[in-house]
Amino acid sequence: MTLDGLAKGIVGKVTVVGGTGSFRRRLMELGLLPGTQVARTGSAPLGDPLSFLVRGAVVCLRRDDARLVEVVVAG
Amino acid sequence: MARVLLLGTPNSGKSTLFNALTGGAARTANFPGTTVDIEQATARIADMEVTFLDVPGAFSLAPRSPEEQVASKALLGEPSPDVVVIVLDAPRLQRSLYLASQILDLGLPTVVAVNLMDEAKAVGRPADVDGLKAALGCPVVGTSARSGEGVDALRTAIGAQLMARTPSRPVPWPLPPAAAQDLDEVAKLVPDEGAGRKRVWAQLALLSGTDLGRPAAFVDDAVARRTRARQSGRDLDSELIGARYAWVESLVPTPVVDPAKPSRSDVIDRVLLHPLWGGLSFVVVMSFVFWLLFAGAEPLVALVEAGVGGVASLATAAFDELGEGEGVLLARNFVVDGLIAGVGGVVIFLPQVALLFGLIAVLEDVGYLARAAHWMDRILRSAGLPGAAFVPLLSGFACAVPAILATRTMPRFRDRLLTMLTIPLTSCSARLPVYTLVIAALVPAQNSWSRPLALGAMYALSTVVTLVATVVLGRFVLRGQASSELIELPPYRAPVASHVARAIVGRVSDFVNEAGRIIVVASVVLWALLAFPRQEADVLVPPDEAAALVAAGADVETLVAQRQLEQSYGGRLGKALEPAIAPLGMDWQIGVGLVGAFAAREVFVATLAIVHGVSGDDVEGDLAARLAPDLSVPAGASIMVFFALSMQCLSTLAVLRKETGGWRWPAAVFAWMTVLAWCASWVTFHGLGALLA
Repeated sequence: MTLDGLAKGIVGKVTVVGGTGSFRRRLMELGLLPGTQVARTGSAPLGDPLSFLVRGAVVCLRRDDARLVEVVVAG
Repeated sequence: MARVLLLGTPNSGKSTLFNALTGGAARTANFPGTTVDIEQATARIADMEVTFLDVPGAFSLAPRSPEEQVASKALLGEPSPDVVVIVLDAPRLQRSLYLASQILDLGLPTVVAVNLMDEAKAVGRPADVDGLKAALGCPVVGTSARSGEGVDALRTAIGAQLMARTPSRPVPWPLPPAAAQDLDEVAKLVPDEGAGRKRVWAQLALLSGTDLGRPAAFVDDAVARRTRARQSGRDLDSELIGARYAWVESLVPTPVVDPAKPSRSDVIDRVLLHPLWGGLSFVVVMSFVFWLLFAGAEPLVALVEAGVGGVASLATAAFDELGEGEGVLLARNFVVDGLIAGVGGVVIFLPQVALLFGLIAVLEDVGYLARAAHWMDRILRSAGLPGAAFVPLLSGFACAVPAILATRTMPRFRDRLLTMLTIPLTSCSARLPVYTLVIAALVPAQNSWSRPLALGAMYALSTVVTLVATVVLGRFVLRGQASSELIELPPYRAPVASHVARAIVGRVSDFVNEAGRIIVVASVVLWALLAFPRQEADVLVPPDEAAALVAAGADVETLVAQRQLEQSYGGRLGKALEPAIAPLGMDWQIGVGLVGAFAAREVFVATLAIVHGVSGDDVEGDLAARLAPDLSVPAGASIMVFFALSMQCLSTLAVLRKETGGWRWPAAVFAWMTVLAWCASWVTFHGLGALLA
């Protein structure tokens, strides 16, 4: 599944960081790398962007961008 | 003088630490070759005069926005800082260690401050300062800049490092062999001294293809290597970044994500980002900001007005002592109507500019600004802008000049440009006196409900036109998707007084320097346009006419002033404009006002006062009463619409030129806004005319 599908309060583990260019690089520089734990913390009042907890920080991503990151939910 | 550079990730409390170290007496300066601010302050450390430099926060030395580029250039450019202070974000330690690992590779004398120790303890992730000291091999000090804890120890450590100048130790990050080879090969081509510096440059080139304005042979090589790596199925970005994070993780454990244990900020966000309560609180917060911007500034503005008025009457009295000659009169008018009025036109903005930036700083400190941008992203994106454009656009309602400066935080130039081009359409506070004057003339009853309604309509018009213009410009002129949003929601915190004060002082001096000079010069030029050529009083009003007036008990001097203005260069310009503006229901007097408004919009009121020969204590009230009989509703509405949409502000054009690097965009904005304003006024005048007929 991709990051946008992660339900609120559920923890997932990143498997693939998609996307291109400086945006993808920045995602990884913020610590969103394969193997990193992510939790969905909420969303903006209009339902988009979504917010995620990554390495202790809350980072906001648009749904379209979150779709580029693949995650697995630890069983 | 020794130079100490502070670097750190955004929201790490770096600026608060800078204030604590220096006592807050900072002055802002533009970074050479850019428009981004760096702050400087001097302080004494261990009997040495030391210059502290604070640059914008950055997540990486490979920049993604003009602000981050400034941080990288300040670190890597010439002259090299004598000591680098890396400010780590204790609750989010891993991420700031990524940046730290890049900086430590340079081999510069370094001190590490682990800031926000108190916050880290509160969230149950206290930072291990001793462990970091052992691993990083340089002085490490734990600080909580807000409470001042550890600041003295940090100062001592900086002083010791200024004496010792021990180069930092590059961190051992385990790079895969192929990537290590790429890095080594590119590093060989870098024209710099020191193995560490070569490797940092090489890495920046491999990551982002950036040369930060240096000879670029190694960048070409790095770009070629990136392509080759991709073709052979390798991913250089994840190799380079992953290796650093592997080192970071070996040093500091990854915080365990526990969704069952919400932080204090999570709890607040449940309300403030709730679909319903979030929306309501957003409206409440923004309305409050707006109310404070107008109502809160009012007494200050009145105070400034009274001060300027006092200085003007003092000057008038001083000149009157000198006699009544034509030369004295001219000198008096130059000083009072040109110079003092010009300076007054600058200081009149200061309360609102100060209040706006104070409020923005408070909202930023508290953490609400990031939430507002997060909130607005969905709406602004449909207009082709990222959520980060929200604050500059909102600021535009106070003054376009600081608002344009506030776009610097946006990473993509296209987004910045689009925001800068539409900001002049937001209804700035200088338009307010024009609206109030015209509305007062159209609606004589002071307590009528239609006054605030008319004012509200003008703001609504401006907002709608701004959004529509953004969509149109974004779709057809500056094509492109809104850039990907990557904002961070910092924890909620109490605002820091020193930070707010610094933001206010910095922006106010920006405004005085950038816009102030132009406004003063323009006011003087305008005064000259309206004062020359001089004509004898008995030519303007022939003696027999004057005698008739005196007999009828009328005021001759006012008529002389009016006729003098009518035959001045400004008056002639107004008359020359008349054919162009007559279709909008405006006469030549309004034309003179438009010429005057170009210096600053609210000068319109003062100019009209001269044209109509109104003077005294309540210029605005008297002028409204004078205008009322001749001003029809369609003509008044047409004036307001014209002011709402036209680009009549020299200061804005000057700032636009500076920020876009040429006259091309300001000229385009001027042209299209003038056309837009003319057409909209025409429609208003004739539409309302037909409707009310």
